[in-house]
Amino acid sequence: MGDRRITDHPILDFDEGEVIHFTFDGKPMEGREGDTIASALHANGVKVLGYHFKTKRPRGFYCAIGNCSACLMIVNGKSNVRTCTAPLLPGMVVETQSDRGVPDDV
Amino acid sequence: MMYKIDLVVIGGGPAGLMAANTAAEAGAEVLLLERDGHLGGQLVKQTHKFFGSEKQHASVRGIDISTMLGDRLDSFGDRATVWKNATAIGFYEDGVITVDHDGVYKKVKPKRVVVATGASEKFLSFPNNDLPGIYGAGAVQTMMNVYGIRPGHRVLMIGAGNIGLIVSYQLMQAGVSVAAIVEGLPKIGGYAVHAGKVRRAGVPILTSHTILRADGQESVERATIARIDRTWNAIPETERTIECDVICISVGLTPLAELLWQAGCEMRYIPALGGSVPLRNDCLETTVKGVYVAGDVTGIEEASAAMVEGHLAGLEAAASLGFKSDSYDAERKDCMEQLTALRSGPTAEKIRTGLACTACL
Ligand SMILES: Cc1cc2nc3c(=O)[nH]c(=O)nc-3n(C[C@H](O)[C@H](O)[C@H](O)COP(=O)(O)OP(=O)(O)OC[C@H]3O[C@@H](n4cnc5c(N)ncnc54)[C@H](O)[C@@H]3O)c2cc1C
Ligand code: FES
Repeated sequence: MGDRRITDHPILDFDEGEVIHFTFDGKPMEGREGDTIASALHANGVKVLGYHFKTKRPRGFYCAIGNCSACLMIVNGKSNVRTCTAPLLPGMVVETQSDRGVPDDV
Repeated sequence: MMYKIDLVVIGGGPAGLMAANTAAEAGAEVLLLERDGHLGGQLVKQTHKFFGSEKQHASVRGIDISTMLGDRLDSFGDRATVWKNATAIGFYEDGVITVDHDGVYKKVKPKRVVVATGASEKFLSFPNNDLPGIYGAGAVQTMMNVYGIRPGHRVLMIGAGNIGLIVSYQLMQAGVSVAAIVEGLPKIGGYAVHAGKVRRAGVPILTSHTILRADGQESVERATIARIDRTWNAIPETERTIECDVICISVGLTPLAELLWQAGCEMRYIPALGGSVPLRNDCLETTVKGVYVAGDVTGIEEASAAMVEGHLAGLEAAASLGFKSDSYDAERKDCMEQLTALRSGPTAEKIRTGLACTACL
């Protein structure tokens, strides 16, 4: 699904950032430096980020700027991470979330 | 630990950046809080050249304006601090602001605050509106222009205001096809220049139309649209199906004013300004002393007005602390004149009516 990355643009230049390896539900995937988790997933053709905790309907991102919480996922074991603003880091273990998640240790 | 400072500006969009710059210039110590990893707010995703006069950087692209303002803030050295990845999560009656800064919980007690948190996108209700592939227009813009990723192959745009029109054009620039732009009103809301651009590129703008439903297995595969009558009811037998993998919702913005509610500012619901907005005086100070507002959080306008409001709010907040430069009077007068000019045309009539209801004190 490499064709999702824009390489040719009349105004913007997107330099090819370093490749970042991560996994999504166990599958190895590649993102780029500068990606958020959600943008990297989208570039890999992944639109479904989780399932509603009650209705189990599929969910994708909506606002992409951290306002709406439609994009919550489990990242490195931590649930309810807003993946549309959380930067993608090497080796991240990203999983779809389909329950309310567990609160952080406080 | 409690951080103490002259002024905290919440939000690093055009309004917040101008407020922070102006107050630092006047001599105040400023802390700017930005939720995102970068400054600029909505500006960073705007690749088109701006309207307005030269003072508000007309014909400069939005992304370049935000870099300019960020660099200027850097030039103040220690007087201006920027926390990125810092979300203001609470604003208490004793004036304490709580912040999640890179996962660390912090408390700040400033003498003055400028709230410039901007706006969030409105949503539309129709069956299956929660399917993945249905995105806000701003989200699509962020994906394309900030991260360089196409949202899909074929988009149905809902809303023919400026944002809907501009994002449609930008989708085509990125090589994505736009099936149609659907608009409920009988006429196009955005500027004729933007509408002309998309029409020339062959995209139909369907006025007096609405989306009835979306369908698809795990994500959007098609949408059903129909013509509507004056009371917004679908006219039978005008239904048609549009194949698309993205539906982009661009039906307006609403002020992101939660922090102002929490701080106890008096708010008023003004539809012409996009939702509930704070009452304020002509220094942009709300009904809570020391709390100023600027930009889209005061009512949905444009970046140009947001910058001028930011300038004014920063100027007044600093002046109230005794940081009043020789140019104070001239700057204040200039801001007032710019705002009047920006809000003078026929397209700004709605804004003028809305603003008439926001005066307090
Ligand atoms: C597609 C599009 C095209 C546009 N075209 C034009 C144009 O041609 N000309 C024009 O003048 N205007 C244009 N605008 C409008 C303009 O971008 C906005 O009016 C302007 O950005 C508003 O500025 P602001 O600073 O109030 O808010 P924003 O730019 O939204 O900035 C608010 C900032 O606050 C941050 N924030 C929010 N909550 C918190 C919190 N709790 N803690 C910390 N930070 C927080 C946000 O992350 C954001 O960075 C356009 C807008 C769009 C979407
Ligand atoms: S998509 Fe709205 S918070 Fe992430």
